[in-house]
Amino acid sequence: MAESAWMHTLDATTIALVLIPILVLQLGLMLFALYDLFQEDRRVRGDSKIMWALIIALVNLFGPLLYFFVGRDDSRGAEIGDALPASAEKASADSIARVLATWPSLPQTTDAAVVTTGLTKRYGGGVLALDHLNLTVPSGSIFGFLGPNGAGKTTTLRLLTGLAMATEGTGSVAGVAIGGSGGELARNIGYLDQDPRFYGWMRGRELLTMVGQLHGLHGAELRGRVGEVLEIVGLTDAAHRRIGGYSGGMRQRLGIGQALINQPRVLFLDEPVSSLDPEGRRDILEIISKLRGTATVFMSTHILNDVERVCDRVAILNYGHLVVEGPIDELLDRYAQPVYELEPEPRQPGAVDRLAAAMRGQAWVGEIKTEPDVVRVFVNDPKVAGAAILPLVVASGVNLVRYERARPSLEDVFLRLVAESGPPVAAPAPVPVWGLDGRGRR
Amino acid sequence: MMGLGILLRKELREQLRTNRFIAVVAVFVLFGILGPLTDRYMKELVDAIGSQSGGFSIAVPPPSLAGDLVQIDKNLSQFGIICALLLAMGSVAWEKERGTAGMILTKPASRAAFLAAKLIAISATLGVATILGTGVAYIYTLLLYPTAFSLAGYAAMAALMWWILVAFTAITLLGSTLTRSAIAAAGVGLVALLIMGIVGALPVIGPYMPSSLGEPARALAMGQDPGWILGPVLFNLALVPALFVISWLVFRRQEL
Repeated sequence: MAESAWMHTLDATTIALVLIPILVLQLGLMLFALYDLFQEDRRVRGDSKIMWALIIALVNLFGPLLYFFVGRDDSRGAEIGDALPASAEKASADSIARVLATWPSLPQTTDAAVVTTGLTKRYGGGVLALDHLNLTVPSGSIFGFLGPNGAGKTTTLRLLTGLAMATEGTGSVAGVAIGGSGGELARNIGYLDQDPRFYGWMRGRELLTMVGQLHGLHGAELRGRVGEVLEIVGLTDAAHRRIGGYSGGMRQRLGIGQALINQPRVLFLDEPVSSLDPEGRRDILEIISKLRGTATVFMSTHILNDVERVCDRVAILNYGHLVVEGPIDELLDRYAQPVYELEPEPRQPGAVDRLAAAMRGQAWVGEIKTEPDVVRVFVNDPKVAGAAILPLVVASGVNLVRYERARPSLEDVFLRLVAESGPPVAAPAPVPVWGLDGRGRR
Repeated sequence: MMGLGILLRKELREQLRTNRFIAVVAVFVLFGILGPLTDRYMKELVDAIGSQSGGFSIAVPPPSLAGDLVQIDKNLSQFGIICALLLAMGSVAWEKERGTAGMILTKPASRAAFLAAKLIAISATLGVATILGTGVAYIYTLLLYPTAFSLAGYAAMAALMWWILVAFTAITLLGSTLTRSAIAAAGVGLVALLIMGIVGALPVIGPYMPSSLGEPARALAMGQDPGWILGPVLFNLALVPALFVISWLVFRRQEL
């Protein structure tokens, strides 16, 4: 019988020699991959663990290979609900202050921390991302770099940190020219990307240790610095956990930690709080404000309340042009229009519209903004306005519960200056730039 | 190369922690076992299946030591190249895409060190896997063909096989440096494999292609004269650093 010939071919020795090792290896690899896949904090491309489980189980041998090489996504943190407990996400203001008090202060100097002269960046396709930026950031300041999306903030940060090359112009950071090699610039700066991603397989402490080693720290000094940084960013308890299990806020704080490990003279933060919840934002802003005197902080953002809270100087960028730069108070004095807020009593139908109509057309009115229960009147001449507003309110027949001259906010200045600066008059001439990805990333 | 040692340790740890090392070694060991067994039992299996299906037959050469070595070389080279592509394709592209390259390269670490660490770590993983895969294949070959054959020649074959894999790693690493997509990088590696296969069949320059080293490698294992291989071996030894330098020249000015 043919079957007996087949059986004869596969005798016991053959089975032991051929089938068992192969089956053990194949099954072992498959089970190992499935075990790895269903780890609690594991993330996969496409987000479907069931799909990857099927690939591992059904695609003989190559399933596990594909999973380990393509499927695992070690760059993302945990989703909400999978993250570490909230107790692991606390940064204490006291501990931040205590640790930073032991760090060397910035030397008293009149030298600027960041200087750019005619810094220009043109991407492939002629996109002018930054147009002759002249900027001076005083040493020791917390500097807010503002602008709408696409204004050129991230491009500027990439140029200043050496991740991109300027098309024109020069710049220096902590006295070191940008665009050079040799690591001198890197030794003096810290940098946090707007969407910080780390190696998910690493533990928090390992990442800080590796970055510290790159900065030349070793031995007791390295261990001490890592411990200090973990305390500043409030990750001491979570330092031994895989970064893949960190929440967004914890990753952001780890990002600040890795940027601080070398006690940088200039710390660049690209939108450090834009993706965080209010509690996470508060923690990060607490750390930033405590860095005053220890490092110059150059922070790009579009969250103006945060800038008013922690920054002492700002620059506003629009369409790659510097619109204005200076101390916040000075900008408010110079550019903010006085504003009067009128809040009608409730249950007066059309009160907001009637108030707005009464003010509209007056020579001293600059702009009127209405909200559901408040009318904000921006005025050109506060003296005339102060005398004229109340008679107009009386004439409109609306009763008020609140009438006050409000403090103009940075947001008012920002919106006004950005609107006034507008797009560039002439479109830039397309200049082909050799770019490897051609994406013109800002 | 500023930071090479630190980045190399990170790369090696990454291979281990992400279980890629284990996966590659398992594949090499599996095909190390399958190589000798395929040659030894293929004819019997085909004959048995043929007799079951009523006289259907395929001409399969009888098992031999030479056939065994061909199977080992074919299996480990083919699947080794797939592993080399998989290991190298995302190594730079994914780091650029995710932003981890930017995080590392704003530290005192040179771009040359960043690339070199990856090439060395992947080559080391493939080296360990080649040693284990060819080692298991050697044991199975001795069990199945108890004929004496040169261990030194066999080791030379394994070393050449490994260097072919390193060359494909360097090609794919170049692809990964050129693009932001791991798939495109794998495409570069596969196209290079195809071109080298075609060029390998041409006279004069054919023997210099990495894929053409297989035959002399097997001759070495059989204790036979491999012919003039100094030129091709030196060419392939120089190919890897040359590809690395090209990758560095591309990466040096690249915006992250």
